[in-house]
Order: sequence, then structure tokens, then C-alpha cells
Amino acid sequence: MVHLTLFIAGDTFRSQRAIANLRRLGDERLDGRYELEIVDVRDDPQAAETERILTTPTLIKRSPGAPRRVTGDLIDLDQVLMALSLTSGGER
Amino acid sequence: MQERTRAGAIDKVATGIPGFDFVAEGGLPESRATLVAGTAGSAKTVFVSHFLAAGIQNFNEGGVFVTFEDSPADIRTNMRAFGWDIDRWERENKWAFVDVSPDSSGPTPIVGEFDLGGLLSRIEHAVRRTNARRVTLDSLNALFVQFADRALIRSELFRITTTLKKMGATVVFTAERTEDYGAITQFGIEEFVADNVVILRNILLDERRRRTLEILKFRGATHERGEVPFTVMERGIIVIPLTAQQLTQESSSVRVTSGNAELDQMCRGGFFRDSIVLVSGATGTGKTLLTTQFLSGGFRPKERGLLFAFEESRDQLFRNAAAWGMDFEKAERQGRLRVANQYPHAMPMEDHLVRMRDLIDEFQPTRIAVDSLSALERVFTLRSFREFVISLTSSLKQKQITTLFTSTTPSLLGGNSITEKHISTLTDSIILLRYVETPGRMRRSINVLKMRGSPHDTELREYRIDGDGMHIESPFTDVVGILSGSPRSVAAVGDNEAS
Repeated sequence: MVHLTLFIAGDTFRSQRAIANLRRLGDERLDGRYELEIVDVRDDPQAAETERILTTPTLIKRSPGAPRRVTGDLIDLDQVLMALSLTSGGER
Repeated sequence: MQERTRAGAIDKVATGIPGFDFVAEGGLPESRATLVAGTAGSAKTVFVSHFLAAGIQNFNEGGVFVTFEDSPADIRTNMRAFGWDIDRWERENKWAFVDVSPDSSGPTPIVGEFDLGGLLSRIEHAVRRTNARRVTLDSLNALFVQFADRALIRSELFRITTTLKKMGATVVFTAERTEDYGAITQFGIEEFVADNVVILRNILLDERRRRTLEILKFRGATHERGEVPFTVMERGIIVIPLTAQQLTQESSSVRVTSGNAELDQMCRGGFFRDSIVLVSGATGTGKTLLTTQFLSGGFRPKERGLLFAFEESRDQLFRNAAAWGMDFEKAERQGRLRVANQYPHAMPMEDHLVRMRDLIDEFQPTRIAVDSLSALERVFTLRSFREFVISLTSSLKQKQITTLFTSTTPSLLGGNSITEKHISTLTDSIILLRYVETPGRMRRSINVLKMRGSPHDTELREYRIDGDGMHIESPFTDVVGILSGSPRSVAAVGDNEAS
């Protein structure tokens, strides 16, 4: 199971694109074996402070393995997997 | 189309940084963004920290520090040196850091489009939490280094500052410059984001460090022009304005004694209370004696004398005074006298000035003597020296403190020192002490060369120095050429003309 947290800033087109791309990644590359928490920094700025979020959207992979981050609307799924040290189907 | 009219005068926020608000004619324009740009080591971080600290200390206004380079821990430690207890202010919710400094994980990879929404939310949150009226971002270079898309960063910074301005915060951000003179920044922030620009410089001039501050552009607001010196001392940034504090200053007609009754007579009743007097003479002409007498003239109720001694030690001065029958130790005990012994080499001009002003504010003297200005002239650059005298004299005149400067002429006979050349116009009165070479004997002459706003004795009088001090006697009637340094007896001049 891959644990992911996505930080977005408001319900913008960019946020929606990032969420859609992430769901596609979860379904197509992780076989649906993922848990996604979405945090809107506009509602929970303290969470953004705690995680030191600078850019949005920012995706954090909590586990498995060492935590990894990637920022942007996640348009390129291969690059996202690489940035998170994940391979298709689970942990690299 | 929506049109906005701007009020004629822009409200300013007093920063609380000493001297800056005077130079900026009130402070920074309220609810606007100011860029503070400078090379590495130009005190940008101290400046913005001082801006926040002064907001808390002087105006009870909260502040938010967004740091892109130094860690909050480093800033807390570094700023403790200036007496700013940031830890405490954080606990009291008066100060908040937004920490965007680099961490061990390195930059986050980018896949697709993004913005700085996370940063904006964190800053807004911190501003609300501390009720901040002041926000600083230090320094923006890190953002431009981290993200290649400069247009994006510029527009995001514009969005952040616009949001903060709407929240009523005055924003100060810093950017590092690669050289002290040239483009303001490498990133064009000043054109897109800043309403105002303040340049901090740290330059080498005649082998000496010189810090200056320049306000380049205050949109729609008035301010001083040109570079103004500043210093970084125990309490932070101190800007040294070079113009008079208040031009409305009325000159005083009240007279005070020079400490020498005969000199008082030559001045038709003593010095004006708010005047600056320059005493010029070669070594051994009695400048320190005149200084001593001037100070002892203040040993009376409601008077206090402060001596800045740059040449002789306190012991020497007190011994000499005692020899002339003046009890400096007693005066000191009674609070009528303070002697500040300073070594002129020890610090830069700005620091001398600030320390002197601090002591003046603390002791509240009615008369001040500086013995000698020449000692300072030798260690400052000419420009610094002149700025020093301008700044010091304007604040002394404002406080109506009678001031006596001494200046040592380089040659024994006649002579003109650099000091005189550069500050004579800043003084109200000039007294010349000169050696007079006459057949078989060296004599001394005193002359009141100038006394603004008063008739005065124009004669060159002979004076003697003995165990009681200085005694001014009758005019020289038989010698000419004293001030030009080539005294001749009048009879000799007549002979030459006849032949």
C-alpha cells in the first residue's frame, strides 16, 4: 500500500488536474493499492507550515520507503513515479 | 473600467530604525512593498530584522519573517546580539517565522505546472496569527535560484505582495546584488513587484569600509536623495542623516561665558548659547587650556560640561586643570563634568558619532568640548570627516548646546588646517591662537576671526599663559603678517617701502 498526501491551494483547475492525474497514477500504475489524503492549505495552513510546503500542488509519498516529494500538476506519470522512488506495481 | 484615485500624500509607516524615518521623511509608505537590495554583507538581514523588532518594541505591531536562506535558529541567535529576544516574541505571538530555508532533502522535483500557493497560505496564516502589520521576505534570490521560470516567480511574488497589502501589511523584501553600483537586481523584481527600493552599500573608500543607504524610488512619496551613511551597532541599524534635523531652529540670543572673562569681552558678552566655536592653533598655543576654561565656565548650577578628549588622557587633563586652579575631580563628582576619553582609531566615523550622541543624550550637557577635531580628521576620510561634523553640529545646535571644537594647525606659524578648510562654514565663531615671532622672543596672539550674529573685537591681542591660566592683553600694534605666518614689525615694513 502506498500512502500519499497531496497538498493543494484551493479548488483550482490546477488542483483538479493534479488530483485527476494522481488518481490515474494510482489506478493505472499502482493497481489501486494506494491511500490518498488531500490537504487544502487554504483550509489548513498549519499543515502546510508543519510540512514546509512551498509550492502547490505538492505530493508527498509517506511510505513505503523513505518519504519523497514532487511538485506540479503531475502531468507526466513516469516522472512522478521516478521522483517518488516508486515503480509500476508498487515499491521499486 | 474601474479607476482609482490616489490620495495626494501617502501614509508612511515609521520603521523605528533610528535615523531612517528622518531620511525617508516619515518611514516606509504604508501597505506597500519595499525592496531592500544590497551586496553580500550589506546588512540586509539586520535591516529587515530591525524593521520587525522595532515594530514590536516601539509600536506593538506584530511581524512575520519569511526566510529563504538562513534558518530561523540562526536568525534567532544572530539577532540576540542586538538585544532582540525573538524566542520570547514568538512565544507571545508577536513574531512568526515562515521557514523556507533549504533543508537536507534538497529541492523538490517538478512535474508539470505549479505555483507558490503553499507559501502564500503559510504567510497569510502567520500574519493572522501574529496580527502582523510588517512582513519581510529575506532574500528572494533563493527563489530565483531554485526555480528557472522567472516570469512565474515574479507573478507569484506580485500575488503575494498584493495579498499582503490588502491585509494591511507593509512588506519589505530583500535581494542580493552582485555589485554595489549597477543593476538593482538580476531578476527584475524591482520593476514588477516593488513600489520602493532601498539600496544598502558596503564599500571600500580610501581603504576604509563605508556603509551607506540610498532610497532610490519611493513612488509618489518624497524622501531624501543620495547616499546616507549608516552603521550597525549593538542596537542594530543606525542611519546618520546629514542634514539639519529641524530647519525651523531659532538661533539663541542668550550668551554664556567662555570661561575666560577677557575672551568674553572680546566676544561682547560671551558665546551664544547655541553656537559652534572653533579654536584653531598650533601645538602649545593653549587650546587645551582654553578648553579647560570653557568647561570650568560650566561649573555652576544648571550647567554641565562634556569633554570628548581624543588627544590627552583623563589624568593629564585633570592634572593640567588642577595646575591652573580648576578642580575637575570635584566637578566630576558633582555631576558638572564628564570626560569621555576616546581613541580616535578605534572605530569608524558613524560609530564615533553614535556613541557621542548616546553620551550626550544620557548626560544632557549644556556645553561640549571636542579636543581635538584634528585627531578625528586624521583617521577619517575627508568625506566622512565633513559628514561627521555636519551631523554632530546639527544635532548640537538643535539641543542648544554650546560647543567648542579645537583644531591643530600643522605649522607653528600662521597655518591653516584641513579641519578649518572643511568645517569653517559650519561654525558660528572662529578663534585663532597664533605664535608671533618677534626679535628675540616668541609671543602669542588671539583673534576672534568670526562671530556670527554679533559684533566682536577684531584686534589681534597678545596673551600670556601662566599658573592662573590665559591672560589676554593689549593688541599687537607693532607687528603685521601674524595670520599669514610671516610676522614683521611695522617699522620694518615702513623701511622697505621707503627704500
